[in-house]
Amino acid sequence: MYAVFKRELFSFLSSMVAYITIGIFLLVSGLLFWVFPDTSVLEYGYAELNGFFSLVPYLFMFLIPAITMRAFAEERREGTYELLVTRPIQLWQIIAAKYLSSLVLVLLALIPTIIYYYSISKLGFPEGNIDSGSVIGSYIGLFLLGAAFTAIGIFSSSLTKNQVIAFVICAALCAFAFLGFDYTSQVSLFKAIESPMMNLGINQHYTAISRGVLDTRDLIYFITFSALFLFLTKLMMGGKR
Amino acid sequence: MSISVKNLSRHYDKQKAVDSISFEARPGRILGFLGPNGAGKSTTMRMLTGYLEPTSGTAAIAGKNILTEAIAAKRQIGYLPENTPLYADMYVKEFLTFVGQTYGLSHLAARVDEVVKMVGLTPEQHKKIGMLSKGYRQRVGLAQAIIHNPEVLILDEPTSGLDPNQLVDIRLLIKSLGAAKTVVISTHIMQEVEAICDDIIIINKGKIVANDSLEGIKKTYGGLSLEDIFRKLTA
Repeated sequence: MYAVFKRELFSFLSSMVAYITIGIFLLVSGLLFWVFPDTSVLEYGYAELNGFFSLVPYLFMFLIPAITMRAFAEERREGTYELLVTRPIQLWQIIAAKYLSSLVLVLLALIPTIIYYYSISKLGFPEGNIDSGSVIGSYIGLFLLGAAFTAIGIFSSSLTKNQVIAFVICAALCAFAFLGFDYTSQVSLFKAIESPMMNLGINQHYTAISRGVLDTRDLIYFITFSALFLFLTKLMMGGKR
Repeated sequence: MSISVKNLSRHYDKQKAVDSISFEARPGRILGFLGPNGAGKSTTMRMLTGYLEPTSGTAAIAGKNILTEAIAAKRQIGYLPENTPLYADMYVKEFLTFVGQTYGLSHLAARVDEVVKMVGLTPEQHKKIGMLSKGYRQRVGLAQAIIHNPEVLILDEPTSGLDPNQLVDIRLLIKSLGAAKTVVISTHIMQEVEAICDDIIIINKGKIVANDSLEGIKKTYGGLSLEDIFRKLTA
């Protein structure tokens, strides 16, 4: 499994995929958070990162599909998938390797944004006046959100040989998983089950963790969510034989 | 027996791509797997290598059942899929190292150099796979199939699309590998069969229509050329 993981990661890093997607993610998040007046923290006037953390899930809806869309789609189109599954490796190991290598890339996109935290804490008055607990919680939340989206992406990629279709399906599923349950629960038909329905969505759990309170229920939610989609991937790829 | 296949079938909906075939292959002999396009050659090979799951029936590779001991069976197989799919973005040695790692080989660097030499990749060993010509790509395909020194080699049309010089080289290589291993190759070229195969299986519409040694089949059909025998059995 480690060999496949390493190959996946190297192929990200040796192609332009990693640099372009991460570069654009950082560019856009930087512009939105610092420059554009509507969302800029400088206009906002309070030294906190909440704006950034509510922004990133939306960027992830585009960043993560771009990273994961090739996972299985490309291999199946090129026929290299045949090469991979005839090795003495279990299917779940292949899926785990692809999942983890994509997740590392998401992490690589997040790490440079720590500089925002540093800048904001310097800008605070007095200097360093920032709620670090909430920031750490938010980063954990963001990572878990990224993990959930990545699982969706790997699953989407297993559905088709076409990378564009994989991208679109992933983006749509991510958007629905993040907000869809909140919106659907507002439909009058579902008024009776509004709260449990909202609880199914990622947004509820992400916001909860962002407050800086790491509840095991939220943690279990994210782990179950990712595991479910990886399991569905295994069903899909197993059935394709 | 290195390969023993029993009543292996693969159905797509109602179509029987492979219909209950049984055969055996012995070490030290090269088995030619012949048949028209769509007869079920690739499907059979894909089932043996664990890419496709059989609808029914079973097979054993080097005594390991492909269904119940899949991982152990895969360790004994070197497989060159049809059209030689390879990771075009990797360097030759990088790719072979990756393949070696999936088998957990030790002394990998030395082994990679060894197979590179064996398949005649030395002049191209520092290139990216995507840059190689078809002949060299085929050699990379063979190199990844033999790197773990498997007992059984399954090569799906290893010589398609090669020029006459490359053909001769690759055939020689397969022939030399066949001395110690069980080799199954599929091909459309009858001269190739005459040149390297010891045994022949002809498959048509998912069923085996001939299974004999090269001399045996010629004797049975008294004097007919292999090409005529093939046409007679599959047309």
